[in-house]
Amino acid sequence: MREGSLKLRPYLDDVGVMIGLEIHVQLNKLNTKIFCGCPLDYHDDEPNTHTCPVCLGLPGSLPVINRKSVEYSIKVGLALNCTIEEHTQFYRKNYYYPDLPKGFQITQYDYPIASNGYINIEGEDGEVRIRINRAHMEEDPGRLVHEGGSIERSKYTFIDYNRSGVALLEIVTEPDLRSPKEARRFLDKLRNILGYLDVVDTTLEGSMRVDANISLAGGSRSEVKNISSHKGAERALLFEIIRQKNLLRRGGKVVQETRHFDEARGVTVSLRTKEEAHDYRYFPEADLGPIRVADWAPGIQETLPELPDARRMRFVSNYSITDDHARSLTSEKQVADFYEQVAAEVDSKLAAVWIADVLKGELNYRDIGIDAFSSEYMVALVKLVAGDKISEQSGVEVIRTILDEGGNPDEVVAAKGLLKAGGDIVTTAVVEVIEENPQAVEDYRSGKPEAVNFLTGQVMKKTRGRADAKEVREMIIQRI
Amino acid sequence: MITVAQTLEAIRNSSVEDVLNQCIDRIESGTFNTFITVAKESALEAAGKMEGHTGPLAGIPIAIKDNISTRGIQTTCASKILGGYVPPYDAHVIERLKAAGAIIVGKANMDEFAMGTSTESSHYGPTLNPWDPERVPGGSSGGSAATVAASEVPLSLGSDTGGSVRCPASFCGVVGLKPTYGVISRYGLISYANSLEQIGPIASNVEDMTLLFNVIAGHDARDSTSVAGEKDYTKALVDDVKGLTIGVPEEYFGEGIDPAVEKSVWDGVHRLEELGASWKEVKMAHTKYALAAYYVIAMSEASSNLARFDGMRYGLRLEKDHDWHTTYSEIRAQGFGEEVKRRILLGTYALSAGYMDKYYLKALKVRTLIRQDFEQALKDTDVLIAPTMPTPAFKLGEKISDPLTLYMADVNTVPINLAGVPSVSLPCGFSNGLPIGLQVMGRHFDEATIIRTAYTFEQNTDFHTRSPEVA
Repeated sequence: MREGSLKLRPYLDDVGVMIGLEIHVQLNKLNTKIFCGCPLDYHDDEPNTHTCPVCLGLPGSLPVINRKSVEYSIKVGLALNCTIEEHTQFYRKNYYYPDLPKGFQITQYDYPIASNGYINIEGEDGEVRIRINRAHMEEDPGRLVHEGGSIERSKYTFIDYNRSGVALLEIVTEPDLRSPKEARRFLDKLRNILGYLDVVDTTLEGSMRVDANISLAGGSRSEVKNISSHKGAERALLFEIIRQKNLLRRGGKVVQETRHFDEARGVTVSLRTKEEAHDYRYFPEADLGPIRVADWAPGIQETLPELPDARRMRFVSNYSITDDHARSLTSEKQVADFYEQVAAEVDSKLAAVWIADVLKGELNYRDIGIDAFSSEYMVALVKLVAGDKISEQSGVEVIRTILDEGGNPDEVVAAKGLLKAGGDIVTTAVVEVIEENPQAVEDYRSGKPEAVNFLTGQVMKKTRGRADAKEVREMIIQRI
Repeated sequence: MITVAQTLEAIRNSSVEDVLNQCIDRIESGTFNTFITVAKESALEAAGKMEGHTGPLAGIPIAIKDNISTRGIQTTCASKILGGYVPPYDAHVIERLKAAGAIIVGKANMDEFAMGTSTESSHYGPTLNPWDPERVPGGSSGGSAATVAASEVPLSLGSDTGGSVRCPASFCGVVGLKPTYGVISRYGLISYANSLEQIGPIASNVEDMTLLFNVIAGHDARDSTSVAGEKDYTKALVDDVKGLTIGVPEEYFGEGIDPAVEKSVWDGVHRLEELGASWKEVKMAHTKYALAAYYVIAMSEASSNLARFDGMRYGLRLEKDHDWHTTYSEIRAQGFGEEVKRRILLGTYALSAGYMDKYYLKALKVRTLIRQDFEQALKDTDVLIAPTMPTPAFKLGEKISDPLTLYMADVNTVPINLAGVPSVSLPCGFSNGLPIGLQVMGRHFDEATIIRTAYTFEQNTDFHTRSPEVA
């Protein structure tokens, strides 16, 4: 846990922080957009190459719902413990903006696909339940590309409609979050669940975009728009709390407004005050009739995978590992699958330590995924350590070497000569070191226990790290 | 007027190109301003590829209302704001017409964005009624109906949101159908009021109208409101109404109806009675609310549907660029005509926070009641018969300056669109040389019965054989 938020904790309680999130999730694992047959995989392609009359909003074009997008949305709704009503319905949200080709966005209003759910997260004071108000489907608009990089400096703006019509699910929480850290944890948890459901590739740019509402002491709230990362959300909220707190302390008032998070500077700036709020003139989209989804939900419920919380609890009881390890291992489905493959072959507790504490740390450091390491290698590695063939230190080195240079555990162990030295070699080295360093021996005997560390180091040097340092230490103490 | 059979005969005697060239000559020398765009080049190109085509409309020239998207042919909705817009794709009905061998000769004039009852709100000038050039052809598909009445083409397509096919069919003495909502795909039809409008076929007689309808009706996966299932409507071309019960709703013969219209329609009912049908009066209690509900719904939808016209990617552009906000406002101020602006403003108002319940939601409730009126009236009747328009064609300029009076003219056509049922208008008489239209309405998806009724009437009368004297 970072120091900053630890210090902030009591400070937050005083002022009654309330945070609600709206998360736009791109259902980017679909093959096509929400209302037309254009392909979704546009990230590396030229602008405006994945478009048709429908997603360009050309006159006369009509939307047709991608049924798979409804299915995916129901799947997410169910995983978030939401209710799926009898039927769902699309509405038009009317407003003008250059990225919106029809002058309205097709979205949901009175009959969202999912409502009244929750997810549990590790809160500031133990597990807390964060309520989900609703999750509704809508189309993504196009993307504005400002010539010169920023809206203030650009002379003109390009519009890329490749993104126009990508299916979004907007997930709206109740204002149940109490700190930036909780907000971050909520987002991480949500991402993990979405990953388990296999409906979103969260590694793609813009796949999860967050708007955060925040108020202090029951006062007016500000809304911070379009935060693109979970870390950004935490920083933006932290900034907002301090800004609002300072404002209140100086006797000022928080005004209801929309703010923009400047990621580079780590500050929020005012975009517009709510007085000029839009009248969106929502009304039913007659080109798409209501969709009866009541019959879909039970079948989709059956296909839901085991979700992170359930899997964590099963890990604790089945594999006798700690809750912390189980939490770490189940946060990503791929990691959990990896662990289960390894735990089937070797000691489950040892596997948990090596995967959760060592491998994940090395992967995070390199910012790569679990697929960079094979579960077979992990089985082999754990066997080497468990069979006392290599030291723990060597085990770590094997993992690092494989990640950086490739190879398999046996090859790395052989190439680097990491096999634990036999007893004779170690004994010989211990005897030699004691003989060669009379001063250190004398220091130890005269009451300086740290001298044994020096002697141990010398033995490790002689055996080129192949001895077990703990054992060596014991042997030295016995002999002097 | 020209029939499909005559045109096919002419093609057999000469060639597709000859017949097409004659058709284009008639259009170009015509004086009724029926077209916004004549697609001479692409039509001749299509004609050149017609050799050996076996489609039901092979080589038949057809006029398309200018709000139906045609790939490569300018489509303006009779608005300045869409001037120069060339759609990159064909509407579903155009794909079907091309497959059937029809040749698109051009884009027919209309009220701007299909908003009107007289084709006077076109940015490209009004269309004139071939029966009397001082009179309007009706609207909004005025160009589509007038071009058939003027013997320029045998077939045309219109669109009907509140009577826009049937009104000009009535005023121009031709046959026009508003099908059941969902029977013809709207993919490619530039929306005005999307929950009400349907593309509709227009011809000089019931048989040709049915032939055209048969080609364009059917399911399209690109329109979610499109209904599955294909039917052969030509099987309904039966000269027999024995055993049929006709409902006559008294509410459709209300205040403002021209006595000649009333008499002609009743004569029509009696003619069908002589041919074996029976008739009874039916009540449609909510008819008096239909007009108000229709205009609230249509304008609300229009305010949203027309939001996309901002001049950024197609259509009208400004000489000088401003920030986007100003650019949008300027283009829309310059590009839309008066009637379009009126409807966008009223629709925006009706949907605004605080007014939504009062206007839009109330209008939807009325719509449900109107639909129930039809269900009730058609429970023990097979079709309903009423005047299409309360009067024959009125004079140009007579009503355009008084929008409310103009809206009143739609009193007998809008309930059909609110209910989503099918209705055909066909000539049933003349008053001072001007045609009168009789409207046959039916149950949802029961086009067959209204076609049969209309066909029987036509086979036993001669109103459809008269043509205006065209120079």
